[in-house]
Amino acid sequence: MTDTSHLEDLVVQVRRDILRMVHKVNSGHPGGSLGCTEFFVSLYKEIMEHNTDFTMDGIGEDLFFLSNGHISPVYYSVLARSGYFPINELNTFRLIDSRLQGHPTTHEGLPGVRIASGSLGQGMSVAIGAAQTKTLNGDNHLIYSLHGDGELQEGQNWEAIMYAAANKIDNLIATVDLNGQQIDGATDHVLPMGDLKAKFEAFGWTVLEIQEGNNVEAIITGMKAAKAETGKGKPVCVLLKTVMGNGVDFMMHTHAWHGKAPNDEQLEIGLAQNPETIGDY
Amino acid sequence: MTKFTNTGNKDTRSGFGAGLTELGKTNKDVVALCADLTGSLKMNEFEANHPDRFFQVGVAEANMMGIAAGMTIGGKIPFTGTFANFSTGRVYDQIRQSIAYSGKNVKICASHAGVTLGEDGATHQILEDIGLMKMLPGMTVINTCDFNQTKAATLAIAQHVGPVYLRFGRPKVANFTAEDQKFEIGKAVHLMEGKDVTIIATGHLVWEAIQAAEVLNDKGISAEVINIHTIKPLDSEAILNSAKKTGCVVTAEEHNYYGGLGESVSRVLALHHPTPQEFVATNDTFGESGTPAQLMAKYGLNSAAILQKVERVLQRKE
Repeated sequence: MTDTSHLEDLVVQVRRDILRMVHKVNSGHPGGSLGCTEFFVSLYKEIMEHNTDFTMDGIGEDLFFLSNGHISPVYYSVLARSGYFPINELNTFRLIDSRLQGHPTTHEGLPGVRIASGSLGQGMSVAIGAAQTKTLNGDNHLIYSLHGDGELQEGQNWEAIMYAAANKIDNLIATVDLNGQQIDGATDHVLPMGDLKAKFEAFGWTVLEIQEGNNVEAIITGMKAAKAETGKGKPVCVLLKTVMGNGVDFMMHTHAWHGKAPNDEQLEIGLAQNPETIGDY
Repeated sequence: MTKFTNTGNKDTRSGFGAGLTELGKTNKDVVALCADLTGSLKMNEFEANHPDRFFQVGVAEANMMGIAAGMTIGGKIPFTGTFANFSTGRVYDQIRQSIAYSGKNVKICASHAGVTLGEDGATHQILEDIGLMKMLPGMTVINTCDFNQTKAATLAIAQHVGPVYLRFGRPKVANFTAEDQKFEIGKAVHLMEGKDVTIIATGHLVWEAIQAAEVLNDKGISAEVINIHTIKPLDSEAILNSAKKTGCVVTAEEHNYYGGLGESVSRVLALHHPTPQEFVATNDTFGESGTPAQLMAKYGLNSAAILQKVERVLQRKE
């Protein structure tokens, strides 16, 4: 077992960043961000081999693509706290002239971001393209991507899922955030997607499940197992079961906080549940 | 008057294929993707020569655009190939977000543009693609006129960093530009010098413009013919210099007049030198089945149509 105690402080701090960022501009997406906090911290601190000296081409390092771009708060917080850009810049989230746009983009040159996302369903194709270039370049590093579960309703994903298996893209680990929620309600209510494990497997992928997607130790163990499945002629999918809004009790287990910011009072409650650890921005 | 010789009819898509074949040999970073139209796009030779750099995506154009965007990360120069309709309208949001807004070095190569696709009919005859693509910030839009120019453009866009839309077609048309031409993105080509009227044409309409100018010459009317192969960025200087000289302009293109070359020219004239202008373009309509020549005649896209518009614009000239 990996000792993960040093990551727990960072998880709490990232939660505080998320709450403060969306509260300040009274907009943004805290629910999905909080649900993926442990995943992002684990990925950037324990799983990926990456350089904070950012280059767009990312030769000789693992790359990450966020397909469900609306969870930008957690992405920005973890990028900043991994050294990609100054932590104080989190203060500019969604403000005019900021590099921290509502949805992530390369357009303003924010280090760490390699593709714009926000319009859903496009990240899987992009990740596959980047994976194929890695292969062409003889670069044996991996491509990681994250997708929302509701996002899988976009048809382009299934074009990409079919293509990846047919072309034996085995340097790609695509993680699906299975929080079971989307804007209009539960995914099972809006458009049930059935057995996603069976669907990915039927398309020719290796599928791993992380049942405790908000447990850093479980995530690291699961992602290491996923890494061990790469290079075997099949793309790898991780189904990550998370709780939307994790770590802030009134935001948990509901889609209500998908795209809504807390008010002053709610912010205080959320921050009290997550006391400052390594320092606010 | 400059004379042009047709060295033998050829399709512009074969010019693209020839250019891609050459790029395969000279530029190791060039990769090609195709959505189940390898033969139609003349990409077979590249595929045969470089199977490791050719990616058959199947009938899945949205995925193709996303993969192409991703492939640029790490230094590849992807050329996507499918029909113009499936290269633009079908995948507009993928191009907008993953390629244009993300600033990716993807070359979107589109064949079978316009009505000259012929018998397949309106479902495949896109007449809106120039408009769609020129509206995207940072997108370069090129529409070539013959085999040689298309080959030269294909080579040139590999050297250009940034997203490009390269539009060409299916029918065999006159091949009259120089085989060894240097293709300069954004630079108009002066084909014929004239003083009475300026004809600004792109794509398949360029040869028609030359035919029209020869008829006009016989009538004692001196027409200047400018080939605009790059619709964006537009060579405003060439347009203005000619408009100031002749005092009237006819634009000609195989595209809807909404969103086409004509509108781009109008903007330049309106801003800097208001000049009477007539449009040879489709009149806000879909196409239909027929032979390319029948369709060009029916939709007013040939030298006869250009002559009519020249007559009209000359009457408007003060």
